[in-house]
Amino acid sequence: MCLAIPGKIVEISSENQDSALVEVIGVRRRIDLGLLQDDKPVPGDWVLVHVGFAMSKISEQDATDQMNTLRMLGEIDGAMQEVKGYGLNEDEVELELILPRPDYKEPIQ
Amino acid sequence: MRFVDEFREPELISKTAEEIRRLAGTGRHFRMMEVCGGHTHAIYRFGLKDILPENIELIHGPGCPVCVLPMGRIDDGLAIAQQPEVIFAAFGDMMRVPGTHGSPLEHKARGMDVRIVYSPSDALKLARLNPDKQVMFFAIGFETTAPSTALTVMRARAEGIRNFSIFCNHVTIIPAIRAILDSPDMRLDAFIGPGHVSTVIGCRPYEWIAQNERKPIVVSGFEPLDMLQSIVMLLRQLNAGEAKVENQYKRVVPWEGNRAALRAMAEVFQLRPYFEWRGLGFISQSALRINDKYAEFDAEQRFEVPGIRVTDPKAAQCGEVLKGVLKPHQCKLFGRECTPEHPIGALMVSTEGSCAAYYNYEHRKAAMVNLSSIA
Repeated sequence: MCLAIPGKIVEISSENQDSALVEVIGVRRRIDLGLLQDDKPVPGDWVLVHVGFAMSKISEQDATDQMNTLRMLGEIDGAMQEVKGYGLNEDEVELELILPRPDYKEPIQ
Repeated sequence: MRFVDEFREPELISKTAEEIRRLAGTGRHFRMMEVCGGHTHAIYRFGLKDILPENIELIHGPGCPVCVLPMGRIDDGLAIAQQPEVIFAAFGDMMRVPGTHGSPLEHKARGMDVRIVYSPSDALKLARLNPDKQVMFFAIGFETTAPSTALTVMRARAEGIRNFSIFCNHVTIIPAIRAILDSPDMRLDAFIGPGHVSTVIGCRPYEWIAQNERKPIVVSGFEPLDMLQSIVMLLRQLNAGEAKVENQYKRVVPWEGNRAALRAMAEVFQLRPYFEWRGLGFISQSALRINDKYAEFDAEQRFEVPGIRVTDPKAAQCGEVLKGVLKPHQCKLFGRECTPEHPIGALMVSTEGSCAAYYNYEHRKAAMVNLSSIA
């Protein structure tokens, strides 16, 4: 629910200054920069992305660390799923990832 | 971007764990609540409890928005979406959450137009693509997520989109902490403050916890080292008899928060007089609704809302677990009637809920990353 995914700003739209192309682990998606209007990022900056909106600017090292945190938490698949889904790219989204997880086990009595 | 399979700085983790053992050596019992569901998940995932001394007890807080949402709200949202012209859009997290007559995913299987979106802006995009339909976004989340919903509503207004509305279930973290502190059976010494909520609200809103309630609070990151360092900071305060707000997650959380995000929330939302939380009951001024200025985007004004209330089963002891009076496995239903596949209580619903985290990890320790081998 509260995933924050690091992304690198690739390009800011010339028509809409609040719309940017970011890259997250090789996936490029358009996100909204409207919540960073007091401290606008520029191409090359790293941001934390949550539900398609940039929430804060971070350093490249912090971005690496954050990606590592997601990996440690086992949230990389979820993060990729979220990013791929931005822009209603349903064809790229594997529905089974949100279906009941097969790894639930009966508790040991 | 490099990937690292091991924890960062294992020597530092080991040293920090040693420092915790030294600081906790007084033998006093310390009860610390991690407010955020992300922290709860991390604690189980990393097996943090295994490396903490026994006299440090971690209590899992109310910070999982899916878990605290009353079933009646899901029923209400799905009731609106029974109308043929309505498209029900929600995050993937909501899709498996049971309503009285099944989850949104089960309603989809029965023919309801249910769409998964990963961003509120994509719900707005759905409205643009389906001008003959009414798109209702089932909004959920704490202050981390609420600004994105607010900005999306502002964008909808600016574009003149008329077939888009929000069924608003956004909640605010401070009143929930207050409700827990006000509870007569509450016994807590300190708080591990939420990380990503604080990127928005900053650290000032926690000052009353330190000043009035005399409880230390440290805003924390999510890695093992972050959480261990936060525990060191809390122990130092507790041993010195201090109560301050400290920020361990400075690399992401500015002390003042994100003002642009707070402005967007203030523009679009107003506080509800009260809102029901699963496990905690009604808490005053603890949730947001769309304000009158943006009333045309409020699904609760656009549609007839049945106002369904579903009482949690009496046998489920979610409230006691939320307040730290009971451990998840001490609830009578845990692992029997109530499992992640068939959740009855609030905390079994999402992977960030303390009961689901306990169920998934505590019983399957062998499969987990073993932090205790480092520390």
